Amino acid sequence: MSLLELKGLSVTYAGNVPAVRGVDLSVAPGEVLGIAGESGCGKSTITSAVLRLLPKSAKVGGQVLLDGEDVYGMSFGRLRAMRWAEASIVFQGALHSLNAVQTIGKQIAEPILLHEKVSRQAAERRVGELLEQVGLPARRAKDYPHQLSGGQRQRVMIALALACRPRLVIADEPTTALDVMVQAQVLDLLSGLVRELGLALIMISHDLSVLGAVCDRVAVMYAGQIVEEGPAKDIFDDSRHPYSAALAGAFPRVGDELFRYAPRGLPGDPPYPSDLPSGCAFHPRCPVALDRCAETEVSLADLGEGRSSACLRACEEDLDLRGAS
Amino acid sequence: MTALAARRLEVRFGRARAVDGVELEIGSGEIVALVGESGCGKTTLARALLGLVKPTAGSVEHLSRPLGYARREMRGFRRRVQLVLQDPTGSLNPRHTVYEAVAEGLRIHGIHDREEERVADALAKAGMRPPERFFLRYPHELSGGQRQRVVIAGALVLEPSVLVADEPVSSLDASVRGEILALLLRLRDQLGLSVLVVTHDLGLAWNIADRVAVMYLGRIVESGATADVLLNPRHPYTKALLSVVPEVSRMAPVVLRGETPDPSRIPAGCRFRPRCPLYASGLPAEVAARCETEPLPVLPAELGHHAACHALTP
Repeated sequence: MSLLELKGLSVTYAGNVPAVRGVDLSVAPGEVLGIAGESGCGKSTITSAVLRLLPKSAKVGGQVLLDGEDVYGMSFGRLRAMRWAEASIVFQGALHSLNAVQTIGKQIAEPILLHEKVSRQAAERRVGELLEQVGLPARRAKDYPHQLSGGQRQRVMIALALACRPRLVIADEPTTALDVMVQAQVLDLLSGLVRELGLALIMISHDLSVLGAVCDRVAVMYAGQIVEEGPAKDIFDDSRHPYSAALAGAFPRVGDELFRYAPRGLPGDPPYPSDLPSGCAFHPRCPVALDRCAETEVSLADLGEGRSSACLRACEEDLDLRGAS
Repeated sequence: MTALAARRLEVRFGRARAVDGVELEIGSGEIVALVGESGCGKTTLARALLGLVKPTAGSVEHLSRPLGYARREMRGFRRRVQLVLQDPTGSLNPRHTVYEAVAEGLRIHGIHDREEERVADALAKAGMRPPERFFLRYPHELSGGQRQRVVIAGALVLEPSVLVADEPVSSLDASVRGEILALLLRLRDQLGLSVLVVTHDLGLAWNIADRVAVMYLGRIVESGATADVLLNPRHPYTKALLSVVPEVSRMAPVVLRGETPDPSRIPAGCRFRPRCPLYASGLPAEVAARCETEPLPVLPAELGHHAACHALTP
């Protein structure tokens, strides 16, 4: 039974800018789902759409089902109760998301006091427990954000997201600004929490190697659509879409001669959502595109073994995409 | 020929020893990656090599001559050694056109002849073709990758011999990174530029660097040819760093606890000891005693694979 289900979700911003174009996704308790893609691909819009945080002018189509309940059918009171307590977000950029003039203890206690009928003392106790859960001593509750390092602040952001014991956590680029060693610590922490608390975790990142290391399944997005979905390891090691292959190649494997003195990239830039190419939106940058890719609308096709791809060619032929980009 | 070198270089800020004795050489036409975590001193070392901070001790050498800090000498040096910053959006003035951004260096250095030709040439070298098409564009009209190319063109217009690039692709989209790295490689091959890339990304080093120097708490703890350091790491810190790169699945991850200590309180003996998994796993008593008390020598800048670890040099 999935905890969150997106059915044909589409989001169009004011000025007819389609940021998300028909996305189907689901995530179950204890599962880690990765969403990969670059800036402008719509991955952060999905985060906002799940908690109904989009601007009023944005048009939302399709359904967002949280535990079977349509988020867009909820009353405002129900929605407020649902945010934090059932689903919460670990935002990117911990330094900017935390209040600089309030202790972190007070910031973590705030949602607890707002959502639950507990005494201040009980809330403080919970703050201590939460900090210890994310590997910080409880006494750090008295600290201000500037007294913590980048990695510690990211741990605070995670404690904050866990404050009201949600069952779904969405982490938007949780490790982007962090060093490799601190990144490894934060990823360990998140995987541990999923195991212990049975959370459903959605991790959003542009780094396919990070997602490959911690996620069960990964969906790769390009221009508002999912272009490939499947088990995380498969997508990273054996992509079935030229765009996933390029993303995987952008983070070279140390020791792989294929990448030595051969940085991989794609020509051009991701398209603007308001000016999408015809047919497969990826065709102008695609190293293996054929003429018909510019004309044929594409959608995810089942490849078996839990994998699907929106590439016309990868669905028909056995393409070797590793050396393609 | 050494294009740029640090000799026993030290930079202190009050009690903080940000760079604590570094020997490093960047050969002419060589790409060297300086790798380390935030707070290890790599950016301070790069700034010292650019002449932006004066070393507390030791010296910077350019073309095998010690760098003088007098105004006149500095001006010539700054033309030859150029900086490429991390975030192209932050380093470009939003109200300057591409032409003005690239020509600014020429104007500062009083180079007034053939300005338009020089700007066009630099943009073309940075892969902005045809260059004239971009002259009147503003940064907000360009993509992230194009902005970084403009920043690189701004450095190239002065015809430098060395580029110091501080995290040149970390703020760029994944699919654009490769193109910028390929550009650095092409500049080395076509113009013979030397490049020092400051980064925390070991994959980037594998992608383009000839040599790698790993920095920890103000010192270089391991250096050598890229393949030697990344495929046969000797220092336990390098090993740990490599083991947590998500795509290197052949090693069991060694996740070090805590973060790089404060450079104003560098541990006695080996500076890596408090976080060292090798020391924690138990070393012979005489080696452990050296780890606790005996400081390690500064690694030499010469070619070859070097690592500063007592457990390796009994």
